[in-house]
Amino acid sequence: MQASLDEIISRYKAGSRESLLPLLQDIQIEFGYLNEEAILRVGQHIKLPSSKVYGIATFYDQFRFVQKGKFHIKVCRGTSCHMHGSLSILREVERVLNLKEGQTSRDGRFSLEAVSCMGACGSAPVMNVNGEFKTAIAIQDIAQIINFYRSTI
Amino acid sequence: MLFDIEVNGKTIKARREDTLLMALERNGIKVPTLCHIKDLLPSGACRMCVVEVEGRQGLIPACSHPVEEWMKVRTHSPRVIKARKTNTELLLSNHPDDCLYCERNGNCELQKLAEDLNVRERRFYGKKNKYKTDPSSASLLRDPAKCILCGRCIRVCEEIQKITALEFIGRGNKTQVGPAFNKGMNLSSCINCGQCVMVCPTGALAEKQYPALLQDALHNPEVKTVIQCSPTLSVTLAEEFGLRAGKDIEGVMYAALRKLGFDYVFDTSFGADLMITEQATEFYSRLKFGKLLPMFSSCCPAWIKYAEQTHPDLLENVSACKSPQQMLGALVSNHFAPLAGMSADDIYSVSAMPCIAKKFESQREQMTHKGITDVDLVLTTRELARLIRLNGIDIEQVEPELSDQPYQSRSTAGKMLAVSGGLTEAMIRTLHFLITGKETTQLKIQELRSGKGRKEYFVKIGEYKLGFAVVNGIGNVEPLISEIQKGRTDIHYIEVMACEGGCVGGGGQPIHPEKNNIKARAKSIYELDEKESNRFAHQNASLQSVYNSFLKEPGSELSLMHLYTTYEEREVMK
Amino acid sequence: MDEKQFLIEKVLAVKADLTQREVTDALALLRHDTVNIPVVYIGSGTCGKVAGANETFAAVNSYLEEKNIKAEVVQVGCIGLCSYEPLVDIQLPGKARISFKNITHERVETLLDDIFNSEVPNENVLGQFSNKWHNRWDNVPLINELPFFKLQHRIVLANCGISNPDSISDYIARGGYQTYLKCIRNYTSEKICNIVDQSGLRGRGGGGYHTGEKWMMAHNTVSDQKYLICNAAESDPGAFMDRAVIEGDPHLLLEGIAITSYAIGATKAYIYVMDEYSQAYFMLNQAINQLKDYGFIGYNIFESGVDFKITLVKGPGAFVCGEETALINSIEGKRGMPRPKPPYPAIEGLFGKPTVINNVETLANIPFILRHGPLHFNEIGIPEARGTKVFAISGKAMITGLVEVPMGTKIRDIIFKIAGGVKDGKDFKAVQIGGPSGSCLPASQLDLTVGYESLWNEGAIIGSGGMIVMDEDTCMVDIAKFFMNFLQKESCGKCIPCREGTRRIHEILENITRRPTGESGFEVLERFKGIIQLTDLSEVIRDTSLCGLGQTAPNPLLSAMKWFRDEFEEHVFDRKCRAGVCKELRLFYIDVDKCIGCVACLRKCPSNAIVGQPRQPHFIIEEKCIGCGICFDVCKFVAVKLK
Repeated sequence: MQASLDEIISRYKAGSRESLLPLLQDIQIEFGYLNEEAILRVGQHIKLPSSKVYGIATFYDQFRFVQKGKFHIKVCRGTSCHMHGSLSILREVERVLNLKEGQTSRDGRFSLEAVSCMGACGSAPVMNVNGEFKTAIAIQDIAQIINFYRSTI
Repeated sequence: MLFDIEVNGKTIKARREDTLLMALERNGIKVPTLCHIKDLLPSGACRMCVVEVEGRQGLIPACSHPVEEWMKVRTHSPRVIKARKTNTELLLSNHPDDCLYCERNGNCELQKLAEDLNVRERRFYGKKNKYKTDPSSASLLRDPAKCILCGRCIRVCEEIQKITALEFIGRGNKTQVGPAFNKGMNLSSCINCGQCVMVCPTGALAEKQYPALLQDALHNPEVKTVIQCSPTLSVTLAEEFGLRAGKDIEGVMYAALRKLGFDYVFDTSFGADLMITEQATEFYSRLKFGKLLPMFSSCCPAWIKYAEQTHPDLLENVSACKSPQQMLGALVSNHFAPLAGMSADDIYSVSAMPCIAKKFESQREQMTHKGITDVDLVLTTRELARLIRLNGIDIEQVEPELSDQPYQSRSTAGKMLAVSGGLTEAMIRTLHFLITGKETTQLKIQELRSGKGRKEYFVKIGEYKLGFAVVNGIGNVEPLISEIQKGRTDIHYIEVMACEGGCVGGGGQPIHPEKNNIKARAKSIYELDEKESNRFAHQNASLQSVYNSFLKEPGSELSLMHLYTTYEEREVMK
Repeated sequence: MDEKQFLIEKVLAVKADLTQREVTDALALLRHDTVNIPVVYIGSGTCGKVAGANETFAAVNSYLEEKNIKAEVVQVGCIGLCSYEPLVDIQLPGKARISFKNITHERVETLLDDIFNSEVPNENVLGQFSNKWHNRWDNVPLINELPFFKLQHRIVLANCGISNPDSISDYIARGGYQTYLKCIRNYTSEKICNIVDQSGLRGRGGGGYHTGEKWMMAHNTVSDQKYLICNAAESDPGAFMDRAVIEGDPHLLLEGIAITSYAIGATKAYIYVMDEYSQAYFMLNQAINQLKDYGFIGYNIFESGVDFKITLVKGPGAFVCGEETALINSIEGKRGMPRPKPPYPAIEGLFGKPTVINNVETLANIPFILRHGPLHFNEIGIPEARGTKVFAISGKAMITGLVEVPMGTKIRDIIFKIAGGVKDGKDFKAVQIGGPSGSCLPASQLDLTVGYESLWNEGAIIGSGGMIVMDEDTCMVDIAKFFMNFLQKESCGKCIPCREGTRRIHEILENITRRPTGESGFEVLERFKGIIQLTDLSEVIRDTSLCGLGQTAPNPLLSAMKWFRDEFEEHVFDRKCRAGVCKELRLFYIDVDKCIGCVACLRKCPSNAIVGQPRQPHFIIEEKCIGCGICFDVCKFVAVKLK
């Protein structure tokens, strides 16, 4: 892991604050989340105190500080999806997975996130599992969808 | 250039480069602020300084808005008052309701605002953020629940002190202020200077306190309590009792301390004289051998932590002398105790300091002897004042007394440690004697008495052409260090004090959100130096007798054992 | 001569003669006005992909391979009919391009079988495009005459879903980058600012600032470095026009950016795209690489002496970064918290340098204005607002998607004529426009026209252009609560009114929709107190917040309270939600005439609130009922009813 982190960091010019967010984004793409080591190393490279790097990273929704689940479920909470009952969908997913939004299951299989709009308003309500969209879902479908992923592990 | 603007129906003068707030303040119109720090760029976060400007839709924040010629401003219209009051109530709706139990009860900007705005009824209910306090630091206690997210601490830490131990974490109403990874302050790069405490409008940041320990010691007949007072304390303690800033109440303070129940009262200025004598000797020997120069001063514990975590390669250049507090603490354990027929274990040694980093210093491993601390407890100016009030002592009715022997006398050189540049002036006096064998006649060095953050002074003493640099405000030290690292050689001695103005501006001093008393305190110290006769550390009579009877001479074996220390590289989350 | 060499020498060169027959023919071929082999177009914007465009794409390719048909498959952006995705267009040589809706992968085979037999299937036909180069199909309506397109006026979306967004030659063949070259070769930057000023273009991102004036301010500020930022930080729920423009016609945006940069004297432009928009980011990145390849980026572009560089920035997800100064902070690698204004970015912006920040749609209008002149643009729209506006229609509309209408169009026409009204035969209740800080307008306000002041005067904003249609099943208190929840989560937390105020308003609204039973006296008092404070609190938030997000945060609440006061009062006094959305307020009863006593509801009730003997009518004990509605859902005899 160390080598790869070095490699990502070396893509960016040292001391350039402008590179901070792109650098963190690259690290997250590679590792799925930002760990302490990554933040400390990025801070040293950008010449920014780690408190600052951490503070900046926590401001943005994109950055995660715990590993994502093997299956990452995003439930859309945009306006259109809300009107089509996405809150109930979210609660049902929470119930089926026994997880709250923003959490990763203890076995690392599932993580759940509520996002503000995925831009699929025409197919509301939608959710997304590892990039795969499930459109016009009904509450009754959820257990089945999730069981499908459960069984694939 | 001056021009007119209209405020509350009256015409006032404003300067072109002014912000509205500056123009209002200059004309005596008070507008409340919670996030503003003078001389720093406005952040516009708290919205308390909003005013009504004719022709504008919303309310305008005075702190960040430039004055414009046509402006018609109303600073206290019903709409403005309502806005300020509502925003204050909103803050209160997410604030712990424990003012009576709060460190800043009676001296809280939020409390005062609520009082000024006549908040008498709870209009907003709702969930409050729940946070744990962070007691991990030896000096600082963080209580995020009381934080109103004004960001002052972050800006002082980052923009003035350039430490950046604190930052906002998270977003929206889940934002909090904390160090990296929201871990304990003890793991952070915090140097314990306490400047964040000085600007915090509420009780979210305060010094770490152990009032029960002290009470136990004071009322335990088996334990002898000893207190030493920083040179700065005598000129600031008065402020806590509503007296003039800078008023020197040295004798009164000693008398009050005896009334509190302290068995022995010492003056850290004695320790300062000792430290100056030792450090001048150390410096002179480095000078003679031309080694490890420039030498950095070592009396500021915040600077020491900074050096340990940021410049471990420079630690050899830092004077090995303990700080005055720790020198006197060591003497109390090892010299005074046997003299008074006591064991060091029976003594509870307290110090009163204008500083919160001293709390950390007293607990450094190097400052302990077989696991027992030389100084057991450090009080800030604020804590000491509270203790005096607690015991019902009316400071204005107390007759002055002297401090105790065997460390009774002091020079004004020791006293000068309170101000930035004072240590260097005192060092030069003793150094002059060490090098030439004669006392200097040039006692007042104006170059070292300016209010600047970095000062330099060059002088020829004997055959040596010497350069002295003085830094106050830790944020100013980095440029100097990089100059040195780049090869600058004309500087031989560097005094570093982490707080602006030196210890008179320390993080343990009285908190006055509106006034800056640093200058008045410094002035008082300089007046003392002009007024009194003993102005040389090495001439201190008590000091000479301690050398004669115990230490023998500066740099002796006993001195090295008790008065010198070592430093270690420190891993923190930078 | 390859495509690039041809375009650079014959089209983009200073003395290019575009009237030559060989050039016009070649260009027609490049933009697919004429085709030599069949071309299949697949709508592959994000909306298309969500609906299954990737599967359709695969199915088309395997069909062609299987049948050994030589044809070109082009992935185009979104034409705006999101609810008809996946859209497939087919163009046979000599025949008009014809468009089909809802072509999921299993429908591909039948469709292609028919088409390659020159038959038009009866189902799924949308319409045909027409131009002089080819023959029309019989009995197929013209796309432009469909009600959805008829009232639209497409400037920004002109080529979305039609042209090939992956190809710079397609864009150049449609006249692209020739305007940019004209500008840098013949116009002074000042002249461009003037033209844009004359055109009357105003910012499409929400603020409605005059674009020309903003440019002038930056243009006139002396500085060694200036910047242009394209704000593509679109993260309003229910707004996706920026994404559609980027995915469907990325070069249009890039040409707008190039012209604007030249006009304000910026040599460096940033495009700030939301991280979620992975496809948009990909398209832009690809398009920028094409620009580099053609020499539009770098030093001394086409020997004009102009330098230009574009940096693509991925916004790491914070709604507030749509605010100018927060956006600047984010690009600088800071927390995306707004700064006080003044100083305005046009004077002191990114890295302290003069910076113009324009929204995607604004910039996408620029090539049109400079190609056709300010007067032509000035003819479109109404005096206070020139040109067109793109809206993203979603919610309960019959057709959800993107429409572009001239300013001054009635909202009623957009919803009922273009988008086909409310779906499932429900009644129209409200339309929410302007994103989370916009407002809800009732049926009585539908004759308002699209514009800036015309909407402001009614307490509404054009915003970035989300338009969410709500039917009778929507609860307005719930909608206000939804937006307040969104805003309180997205507030940056810097200033007190926005940080604490939005949260309190949200809590007050939660209390209104909370279950009434089991409330203590104090809680009732608290609830009422909260309601009394709502308007006051909203005013203070609007008056004192630091940035636009806070200043407009109370809008959804205030407008809902203004137009749907009766619904709020019902919630507060009668503890009733007429739409049945606020679950906790729902009360059910069992119609004794319809209940056959099947015990299905009794078994499922989580709070044991239903009593009754088998084969006897059941009853609901109101005090025990938690309003979950399970009984309502499980009853096969429609015996459980809402009170």
